[in-house]
Amino acid sequence: MADFLMPSLGADMERGILSEWLVKPGQTVNKGDLIAVVETDKGAIEVEVWDSGVVDRLWVEAGAEVPVGTPLAHIREEGAPVEHAPAAAPVQIPEAAGVAAPVQAAAPPPQARSAPSSSTGGGVSPWARSLAAERGVDLSGLTGTGPGGAIVGRDVPERPVPKDPLQGMRRAVARAMEKSKREIPHYYLSTEVDLTDTLAWLAQFNADLPARQRVLPIVLWLKAIALAVHEVPEVNGFWREGALTLSEAVHLGVAVSLRGGGLVAPALHDVDDTPLPELVAGLADVVTRARRGRLRGSEMMDATLTVTSMGDRGVERVDGVIYPPQVGIVGVGRATERAWVVDGAVAVRTVTTLTFAGDHRAHDGHKGGLFLSAIAKHITHPEDL
Amino acid sequence: MDDPTIHKKLLDLLVELAPEFAAEDIDLDEDLRDQLDIDSMDLQQLAGRIDDVFGVDIPEAERVELSTARSLIDYLQKRHGTTG
Amino acid sequence: MSTVTYREAVRMALRESMTADERVFLMGEDVGRYGGSYACSMGLLEEFGEERIRDTPLSESGFVGAGIGAALVGMRPIVEVMTVNFSLLALDQIINNAATLRHMSGGQVSVPVVIRMSTGAGKQLAAQHSHSWEGFYTHVPGLKVCSPATVVDARGMLLAALDDPDPVVIFEHAGLYNRKGEMPEPPPSVDLRTARVAREGTDITLITHGGCLWRTLEAAETLAEQGVSAEVLDLRMLRPLDWATVHQSIAKTHRAVVVDEGWKSWGFSAEVSARIAEESFWMLDAPVRRVAGVEVPIPYATHLEKASIPQPADVVRGALEVVGRG
Repeated sequence: MADFLMPSLGADMERGILSEWLVKPGQTVNKGDLIAVVETDKGAIEVEVWDSGVVDRLWVEAGAEVPVGTPLAHIREEGAPVEHAPAAAPVQIPEAAGVAAPVQAAAPPPQARSAPSSSTGGGVSPWARSLAAERGVDLSGLTGTGPGGAIVGRDVPERPVPKDPLQGMRRAVARAMEKSKREIPHYYLSTEVDLTDTLAWLAQFNADLPARQRVLPIVLWLKAIALAVHEVPEVNGFWREGALTLSEAVHLGVAVSLRGGGLVAPALHDVDDTPLPELVAGLADVVTRARRGRLRGSEMMDATLTVTSMGDRGVERVDGVIYPPQVGIVGVGRATERAWVVDGAVAVRTVTTLTFAGDHRAHDGHKGGLFLSAIAKHITHPEDL
Repeated sequence: MDDPTIHKKLLDLLVELAPEFAAEDIDLDEDLRDQLDIDSMDLQQLAGRIDDVFGVDIPEAERVELSTARSLIDYLQKRHGTTG
Repeated sequence: MSTVTYREAVRMALRESMTADERVFLMGEDVGRYGGSYACSMGLLEEFGEERIRDTPLSESGFVGAGIGAALVGMRPIVEVMTVNFSLLALDQIINNAATLRHMSGGQVSVPVVIRMSTGAGKQLAAQHSHSWEGFYTHVPGLKVCSPATVVDARGMLLAALDDPDPVVIFEHAGLYNRKGEMPEPPPSVDLRTARVAREGTDITLITHGGCLWRTLEAAETLAEQGVSAEVLDLRMLRPLDWATVHQSIAKTHRAVVVDEGWKSWGFSAEVSARIAEESFWMLDAPVRRVAGVEVPIPYATHLEKASIPQPADVVRGALEVVGRG
């Protein structure tokens, strides 16, 4: 029996909008079921519930924006008595004015703060509202030039200004990258891997497979990296409050670029333990949902190590920026044909530059180097992946 | 499926991958990856969708040669055309 | 077209109406021998005689009542109350008799009396003699209330009022009597229904009447120099008020300022504001503002008196605030 709280879905997330409930009071839920959709800077995230039981009361209305930690709903054990007030007190953020707090007693869902107020803090004139409604313009993006900063008729544009849908995301990425560069002492290593034989093996492997089941090189890399973690566990964990906490599980964050700009790195869970065909399907699914803006809370939070790949169209080398609180990021450059020395002679081989950026507080170059070597070893034995 | 239908349906699939493009704006002879800003995952997705819509599973060896819209359309018309 | 003063225009109407209809007569303090305290009836005693131009005692309740009585039996009296200030003494007659007898008699009788009163401040007549009671009178069902601001209306509204079978109260702002204006020939007849657009504009509607019209027009000129196009409405009729014209103007400009010499609170401009809020709400781009009398008994000293009633600069300032440039 517990309260379902507004989750933190990012390192510096302070508030979120509960945009949609996916359950109703009285509904039975099991751990892992999707319970709500939360709107954050990074898009709409489907949130899983971590308790099993019966959804008792929904404290917060759809559309409400509340601080992280606010009780959103009550899940009671089957057979337990009905609760009337949230057990946990809502988290107050000092500068948040006018934020909803759940009501005591058997009251209807508390008054939630309505859609974000205009940036002016002033009002909106009736005429401006009429114009905005007529023109399909969203008032919340407008700046008011009326008395007291009110939005008045002249502030409403003729046509809706297309809102930058990625504005929130850009801000979130900016914050994360700033924090990373500010706090994490990065060290950088790289190695070159001859992929020729691996790619030949892959072509064979894929020859008889239908399109959707074919393994792309990135899938091999993910598996290779996940297995390499077993040899150098120090790269797979979190740096928090001055100490490294290693993760038993290997959930690889996969950097996915979004059409029109924007970047997310949702987690693929337990990559080390997942057979290749499942990895293929899992990756396709996550990338599709990432691009559609429907990722899950666990995918946003669970990555223990991130991989960024340039794919077949990018540059030859990428040195990543570590996503805090992780302690490393692997970069896979584009495979290119190079003059290479094989058995004492020059040949043309397909080679990739593999990089690793590590958090020097958590581990050092020696470990990083071992990690890269392990990855190289695994990727060149694809039959064992 | 007749040839004009194949032409149209293939372009529709491309628009699925790159929704900000209109079918008529796609240059048939330009490399698709450059033009539509799509990557190998998108191409794999496209191959899957081609299988769904046309019932044609393009072997990987052949697929890597088909880098433009026109080459894909020609391929599909040869393999799937006029059978309705 | 000829140029006449407001008082001459009133006199024209008095003369014309008494010439045309023998039921019409003028009664009031000093209207006869003195020629009217504002000289409106100068020369009329000589022209029409004592039966038609009747000097009354200093007894507002009495002579207003007498006028009401005359109207009840079929005459068409024009009762001149020297100033609206003295009409307070006759309120019972005006409200409880003139305004109400048709209703109370079930339509059996009507009271076709016209009551003319000078109104307003600006002549250093101090607190008891400078009132603007338009707010009181417009509050009473059964009365029509006119506020002519132009020479055309000064003549025309009086003539139209005499045609009305019910009591009509006409407010003549004391500051207007000397004001010259153009009177077309032949002089036009006017209605007792509509408001007039005195100046067209697009950015803000300035709603006013009577003595304030000219100050408001002056303000509109100043506003135009500052890039604000003000539409000025001369209400003409205060009760019934032409809300349609007001609404139409606000539909165009989306902003309104009401200019009235009466005290701001609980008065005439308050009603106009309320009605605009009720009927033009969705078109408003800013709250309705009132530029009205300061909440003090009107002072005697010139500079203080000026400061206590709306001046063009006050209207300009109010309009700029509403437009968002205050």
